[in-house]
Amino acid sequence: MTQIELRGIEKFFGAVQVIHNLNLAIADNEFIVLLGQSGCGKTTTLRAVAGLETIDKGDILIDGKPVQHLKAADRDIAMVFQSFSLYPHMTVFENVAFPLRATRMSSGEVDKSVREVARVLRITDLLDKRPSALSGGDMQRVAIGRALVRRPKAMLMDEPIGALDAKLREEMRAEIKRLHVKQGSTTIYVTHDQIEAMSLADRIVIMHEGFIQQVGTPDEVYSHPANLFVAQFVGSPVMNIAEARVADRAGAASVTVGEAPAGFEFPHRLLSKLNGHSNGGLTLGIRPEGVLVRHDAASGYMPVEASIIEPLGSFDIVDLKVGSTMLRARTKAGYVSGPGEKVHVRIDPEQAHFFDTASGKSLGVRL
Amino acid sequence: MAAVRTSSEVAFNRAAIAAVLVATLIFLAPIYWIASTAFKPKELAVSVPPTVLFQPEVTPFIRLFTKRVQMQKPVDPQVYEAAPWWEKRIYDGGERVLKVGKDVQLSQYPDRFMNSLIVAVISTVLAVGMGTFTAYGFSRFKIAGEADLLFFILSTRMLPPVVVAIPMFLMYRMVGLNDSHIGLIILYVAFNLSFSVWLMKGFMDEIPKEYEEAALVDGYTRMQAFFKIVLPEAATGIAATAVFCFITAWNEYAFALIMTNRRAQTAPPFIPSQIGSGLPDWTTIAAGTFLFLLPVAIFTFLLRNHLLRGVTFGAIRK
Repeated sequence: MTQIELRGIEKFFGAVQVIHNLNLAIADNEFIVLLGQSGCGKTTTLRAVAGLETIDKGDILIDGKPVQHLKAADRDIAMVFQSFSLYPHMTVFENVAFPLRATRMSSGEVDKSVREVARVLRITDLLDKRPSALSGGDMQRVAIGRALVRRPKAMLMDEPIGALDAKLREEMRAEIKRLHVKQGSTTIYVTHDQIEAMSLADRIVIMHEGFIQQVGTPDEVYSHPANLFVAQFVGSPVMNIAEARVADRAGAASVTVGEAPAGFEFPHRLLSKLNGHSNGGLTLGIRPEGVLVRHDAASGYMPVEASIIEPLGSFDIVDLKVGSTMLRARTKAGYVSGPGEKVHVRIDPEQAHFFDTASGKSLGVRL
Repeated sequence: MAAVRTSSEVAFNRAAIAAVLVATLIFLAPIYWIASTAFKPKELAVSVPPTVLFQPEVTPFIRLFTKRVQMQKPVDPQVYEAAPWWEKRIYDGGERVLKVGKDVQLSQYPDRFMNSLIVAVISTVLAVGMGTFTAYGFSRFKIAGEADLLFFILSTRMLPPVVVAIPMFLMYRMVGLNDSHIGLIILYVAFNLSFSVWLMKGFMDEIPKEYEEAALVDGYTRMQAFFKIVLPEAATGIAATAVFCFITAWNEYAFALIMTNRRAQTAPPFIPSQIGSGLPDWTTIAAGTFLFLLPVAIFTFLLRNHLLRGVTFGAIRK
């Protein structure tokens, strides 16, 4: 049973503020992912929880007790580093046993605990080897084992699989998920990889320039991004963003992007929902799967020309020229045969997002 | 891994190997000269042209370790017959070994050799130990004026020893440190410390911070993390630094010559002082020099694996 709460955390490096008034409550057994680009403050936040970094303001509470003045060793938290940081001069067994050697545990108990963890992580065969003889994935299993062996109050992971190659990363992602489901411990996981975040997290915390942008379940941040940053950071391929103008046209709303001659047809209720934002300072966001493409003309579809086609195996990403802007659409593989082909396009109103251009904030309009 | 090589690369390679061989021969020649002279009969040491093939003997070493005087008249054959084999060698050279009662009087060489060993070992341990701690501090913590401090430490090495030797000698005499082991050890530690700090800082910087951070999170204090993680990881660097400090202290001549004359005199100023007047006994001097070379050679040989970098590195992803 471990809850972690961050209250009003501020952190400066010299004159540069790297964390701004950060508030976050993490429930017991919750898997929280801090997601953001490098330099957004996510790793600093993690290191502050671990006790490797001091904070300038605010409180870090573990199970309701402030710990910001406790040394790392006294917080009973385990951490997995991106570099794995296995000690080369020790065997795998000694590496995993290392945290237990700091306690007064008898060597019999140490042996039992290490073997138990090794069994769970399937590294029993490796216990006598040195870290330098291991593959990247095994190194990370050992590093996770070293974190788990103490049964800490919470697990912190700093890009634990960032150094692995793509295929291994996918495997280890599944493994971390499996472990969390099985062992269940409060976990804070830092990554810049949104796929990792989406697949692992109970809740994702998206950070940018030291500010939390949004906290929510993977579905919430994907379907209801709070602002333009989140909208573009989460989801692959990236969401289309375009300045938009909305007009009332014969019982329907017409949304024009990129000074195109005609607008996309939206239900009339969009106008009332936008409530005055209809002209100027409005940005439309639409994921590529919300851009619908067909060969023949149909009501509500606009004729456009395809420019670049990126085949991605199971689907294609097609760049469509709409006025002066490009919309990227996701189509079946090979649906659009080549650049220059004339197709018809429509925006699915239900998948459209609207943002205030100046603040970048979502207007919360969903149809 | 066998990469594809062009014929010109192969030719270049062979030329390079030949050049290295020649250089090695040139560098080894003086060592061969000393080693061979140490085992030569006295009269062959100065023969022209130099003798390359000869019957090696250990007589120079016997002379090295004993106090002797020239004999005025030939030795009594009965005494000669009763003498042990090594004493006969001395008689053969027209000398006799000095004795007090039955005890053979040893020359000063073993004492001087011991002095060298004491001073070099203790000063190396101190310089490397202090250097390791200092380097760790500089490597891991933010220190105000770090670059200036490091430069200051380096600058202590910039003056040649002879420049400071005279004032140092006067100060040492005032506090009674001249001709003492402690005095020489202090000097050598001070001299080697800057080197040790700089070298160790390079090694410390290469040990990832995450190693200690992992230990800190796992329930260890910084001190424990230093001894359990940093020191073993720095073993390579410590060994390399120790070899260099030991060689410097072992070979040091200028300070030793000025600061010591009897009790604490080390081998480097002692060996040449034995050349004396008249015809120098080159074989005995060569024997002393040859033995003097051995500790450094053995020390370096023992630590050779640590001197090759990269043995313990590579288990961390960067």
